[in-house]
Amino acid sequence: MPTSLQESPGARVGLSIAVATGLYGVSFGALSVSSGLDVWQTQALSLLLFSGGSQFAFIGVIAGGGTPVAAASAAALLGIRNAVYGMQMNMLLQPRRWRRLAAAHVTIDESLATSTGQTDPLEQRRGFWVAGVGIFVLWNLFTLVGALAGDAIGDPKQWGLDGAAVAAFLALLWPRLRSREAGAIAAVCALATVLAVPFVPPGVPILVAAVVAALIGWFGYRSGPSGEGLEPDIDPYPQPDDPSRTATS
Amino acid sequence: MSLWFWIVVACAVGFLTKLVGYLLPRKWLTNPRVARVAGTLTIGLLASLTVANTVATGAALAVDARLGALAAAAVALWLKAPFLVVVIVGALAAAGLRLLGLP
Repeated sequence: MPTSLQESPGARVGLSIAVATGLYGVSFGALSVSSGLDVWQTQALSLLLFSGGSQFAFIGVIAGGGTPVAAASAAALLGIRNAVYGMQMNMLLQPRRWRRLAAAHVTIDESLATSTGQTDPLEQRRGFWVAGVGIFVLWNLFTLVGALAGDAIGDPKQWGLDGAAVAAFLALLWPRLRSREAGAIAAVCALATVLAVPFVPPGVPILVAAVVAALIGWFGYRSGPSGEGLEPDIDPYPQPDDPSRTATS
Repeated sequence: MSLWFWIVVACAVGFLTKLVGYLLPRKWLTNPRVARVAGTLTIGLLASLTVANTVATGAALAVDARLGALAAAAVALWLKAPFLVVVIVGALAAAGLRLLGLP
């Protein structure tokens, strides 16, 4: 039974996720300007790239003295899971024309999680759009706040902003370490990074780790349920015509 | 200018990656091996970015206050602190250790 928008569980979850996630924009804005980007460049990333992990990757490489090419490569690779999300959302929403472009832009970890957490198709739709658009608006607003505040406070090291970047990356990684195998992949890639740092230009160690991770993923693949915890954040959604799924709403 | 150029490239690639999921035939991306590579890539890159931001200074390895920030953030995460709190804890640890004289 469809409910009004005020009582919609999908919209409620979406709104609370939007508020909780949008606030992180402050840390992105502050870290970005301390990495050497200006306020406009920072804002361009939040408006146009709009994918937290990729944005942090871009400024993380620049902060380490890496080239803009390496920064863009790291950001692009970290966004690959969004293609998988896009396919899942396309099956759920089947948007047409301009809605398809808008849906693609707000396809991120959080909007997918909100949508697939709902069982009713209407709520899946509401959850996706409320979370996606809500986060987009707040993330951009708070990016600007962080960028302007970060620009005004002087030496970022004195305030521990480089420590904040380390903490942010660890916090993005943490929820993905759900299995021993995921932990092992993280450890191997961390080691590859440390070994590569003295020998290649800044930013490239991250791409070395990406190659290692992709090779593990490709050749370590075994069919069956053994890939526990290694799929993108959200389990692939069951087929949309699966009757057991719609019957539970 | 070069930085701006690569910002635009990153944004374009990021958007097209999202869009491709809406345009590709379903079987391409439901391939479990492709999904697994997307998963391992995300874990590997985030682990690498964490470590690079902790111990790399340009093309050299360095031990400094950022290591303390990593440890403090890990403790905060282990205590199930929310994202923003973890980031603040990391900043406070690095700033505090620098006040104590660490590089």
